[in-house]
Parts: sequence; C-alpha cells; structure tokens
Amino acid sequence: MPDPMRIRAVMMGDLVDVKILMSHVMETGQRKNADGDLVPAHYITEVSATCKDKTVMSAAWGPSVAKNPYFSFRFKGGAKGDKLSITWKDTAGGTRTDEVTIN
Amino acid sequence: MKKTRRDFLSLTGRLGLAAAALTSGLFSRIAMAVDTRPAFEATSLKDALASIGVTEHQASAEIILKAPDIAENGAVVPVEVTSKLPGTRSIALLVEKNPHQMSAEFMIPEGTEAFVATRLKVAETSNVFAVVKTDAGVFHAAKVVKVTLGGCGG
Repeated sequence: MPDPMRIRAVMMGDLVDVKILMSHVMETGQRKNADGDLVPAHYITEVSATCKDKTVMSAAWGPSVAKNPYFSFRFKGGAKGDKLSITWKDTAGGTRTDEVTIN
Repeated sequence: MKKTRRDFLSLTGRLGLAAAALTSGLFSRIAMAVDTRPAFEATSLKDALASIGVTEHQASAEIILKAPDIAENGAVVPVEVTSKLPGTRSIALLVEKNPHQMSAEFMIPEGTEAFVATRLKVAETSNVFAVVKTDAGVFHAAKVVKVTLGGCGG
C-alpha cells in the first residue's frame, strides 16, 4: 500500500481550499540508473476528488508532474465537517484513497 | 544473373539486419507503451493539443500563469494557473521542450474555481503553456521558465 496523502481542506469564505501532498516516485521512464539501465516509468495518471458524492476535481496527469506531487484547488459547496475524498491511480495499477474532514 | 555464394551471403546478412532493426524497433515501442493516452504520448505541442481536441486557441490576459522566471531545479517547478474567463471547463499544462509536452489536464466542474497549483518537471529552459477550454473557445497563456539544472536527470 502506498504512503498516505497529506491533505488539508480549509474553508476560505464560501470556498474550500484544498492542498494535497502525495507520496509517489513519478518515474518518467526516461531516466537511467547508475548501471545505465532505464528506470521503468511509474507515475500517477489520474486524480479525482469527491465531496458529498460530487466530483469536485478530476485530473489526468503525465510523467512530468514532479515527484511527490503537490496539488491545490478550490471549490464551492463544501462546509465545515464535510468529508473530502481524494483518489489517485498510477501506471502500475497502484491506487490510494484518503479522506479528510473540511475545517 | 548467376547468383554466387557471396551474393547470397550478403543478401542474408542484409535481411538479417533489417529483421533485427524491425524487431528492436518493435520491442522499444512495446516497452514505451506504458501510457496509451494520445495526449501524453504526443511529442509535439500541436499533436498534444490536437489529441485533447484543441486546434485553435488564442492568447488571453484573463489567464494568470504563475511560474518562476528562473528555476534552479527543473525537477520541481511550481506552476499556478487562475482563469478569469467565464465558463472555464478545463485547464491543461504543457511544457514545450519536454520529451512529452502534455503535463496535466484538470477538469473543472461547475462550482469548482478555475484555479490549480502544482509542481512540474521542466527538462530545459522552455515555454510553459496553460491552455484553458471555455464555453467561448480555447485560450492560452505562456511563460518562459529558465532552467539551470535539468528536470530529467533525477
């Protein structure tokens, strides 16, 4: 199981301000290791966020998103105490979902 | 024409080379195909945009693209996009000089702000584009990010 994400979701007026740090190698498949062999690609391809059964953000990513990705966005319709759930999927079939309570 | 033994050998040699070239080409292609999404496979700005359905786009001052002028480390370049265009549906981030230009595409549903912030890898000094799809067409903003240390060397 991959490491958990660090998610912060805070009310900012009527907006929920979301900041996420994911733990992922985001290997491009272009890099060589010390022996000169290509390191196989391994990166997050999909990210989505749901709050109260509504998808509030979905993203398609490529290998050029930096290692241990940081991602921030803002949405309306959430309130203090609501749950926000974030999911990512990667090229190796890995996936991780984490949930936070909006502050 | 009379075929000599030498002709025969050179012919098989050439065929063998061609076959080797074919198979190695094939294998490298298979090895590369981790990502079958056309937008992320594209190797030119135009192809990458075409594969997300963008052929025409114009510059807009209503898109605010924040990125550093100089990135000391191309492996971690903070990029932030805010679109003030009404009816923003999606924001795509592209890096012109990366091996694959498309970095990410964010879908903005109703109720979500047209704002995203993330960090990208930028292989070398390059234009970074934010391409915004709206109800009224496609718009973009660009910014040059100077990279002093490459983003792909690890």
